[in-house]
Amino acid sequence: MLRPRIIPCLLIQDSGLVKTVRFKDPKYVGDPINAVKIFNEKEADELIVVDIDATVNGREPNYKQIAHLAAECRMPLCYGGGIRTPEQAKRIIASGVEKVAISAAALEDPQLITRIAEEIGRQSVVVVLDHKKRLLSKQHDVWTHNGTRNTKRNVLDVAAEVEKRGAGEIVINSIDNDGRMKGYDIDLAMELRKAVSIPVTILGGGGSLEHMGEVISVCGVVGVAAGSFFVFKGPYRAVLISYPSAAQKDTLIFSALKSH
Amino acid sequence: MITIIDYGLGNIQAFVNVYKRLHIPVTVARSAQELLGASKLILPGVGAFDHAMGRLNASGMRETLDELVLVKKVPVVGICVGMQILANSSDEGSLPGLGWVPGRVRHFRSVPGLERLALPHMGWNDVEPLHLNPLFKGFEEDARFYFLHSFYFECSQESHVAARASYGLDFSCAVAVDNVYGVQFHPEKSHHFGVGLLKNFAEL
Repeated sequence: MLRPRIIPCLLIQDSGLVKTVRFKDPKYVGDPINAVKIFNEKEADELIVVDIDATVNGREPNYKQIAHLAAECRMPLCYGGGIRTPEQAKRIIASGVEKVAISAAALEDPQLITRIAEEIGRQSVVVVLDHKKRLLSKQHDVWTHNGTRNTKRNVLDVAAEVEKRGAGEIVINSIDNDGRMKGYDIDLAMELRKAVSIPVTILGGGGSLEHMGEVISVCGVVGVAAGSFFVFKGPYRAVLISYPSAAQKDTLIFSALKSH
Repeated sequence: MITIIDYGLGNIQAFVNVYKRLHIPVTVARSAQELLGASKLILPGVGAFDHAMGRLNASGMRETLDELVLVKKVPVVGICVGMQILANSSDEGSLPGLGWVPGRVRHFRSVPGLERLALPHMGWNDVEPLHLNPLFKGFEEDARFYFLHSFYFECSQESHVAARASYGLDFSCAVAVDNVYGVQFHPEKSHHFGVGLLKNFAEL
């Protein structure tokens, strides 16, 4: 049986680990390598690492840091942030990363997805879509550059297009729910699942294993990712990196899939 | 010594790291010369079938590899696309494979009824070892590995299937013929399950 994936998503700013709320107020939560070591010990399913400064500052990916993270990481690693060319993607894959995530550049030039997929294989191309609900509407628009630029395009339409262009996985990330730990946008997750036939990962709002179970019971075998949930503990958001045990994960997955 | 074949594909460093942590000597070969001291071979691979075969054929290591594996019977394990190129051919490309394990690589969606299967097959899948295969020693009851692929290995002979996994259909996720092994999943990224398998390979 293929299992749903429970995925910590780590944000990097100035080479340190941070966590945001609604894409704002980044709080320093520690050293990325240290976090990777903890997730190794906890045997996390996968890891997503995103450099949230690279695109905004028009900077190249930090290849040295990526290689260091990849060498340390004993689980599949997806890296995103500042990737604009197939050459950059290829270089990142060559440094030992399994998947690269693209966002802003793919929205400006959807052809880029195809070109990167030709270079590294579509199984390694992840498109991340940051989305925000449009005021007085049910539509979710795709935003880029850390939620500062609205593409005004429906996230479900964009998802279907990037699949056609050669994406191997889609991650949707709710700007409204980011860092709030109040639960995922289940309806949108379900619509996305129906809209594409490549793997999807839902990110934004996860605050408990129950929240993750809700996504799995509705969507079945998908990726469920979170940031705050894996780095904060308690109501005062004390920094403590954690991940469910194998037994906790089994209970979560099997009870959620039973009600699917 | 365990020798990882570096023909420009796959996560070489991840294998090196696993063996270093196990204190098992390991080296990386980029030329025929560097292959000569190998007692075990690891053949990684990612991406497209023809791309992998093209790179391997152009690496200058092909002849030496054939001799080491087919004549000297040095144990070899192919990983992911490194497993797929052990076959004779693939739906994905037109180049002949190594042909060390008789079979053809198929696309999941070529199977009737699986036209809408979500692909790539991505994530942790349960694995069922079929018979007492030394590669899966200790994992007879509980084996789980990380997969990332859209094609699967179809063995010409049932007896060459070493383990099965279920995704849309039951497919051979590990193959074994004499000294030639192949696994579709990524042991180098499969935590203690993968470390155990790579350790088993080292102890063959």
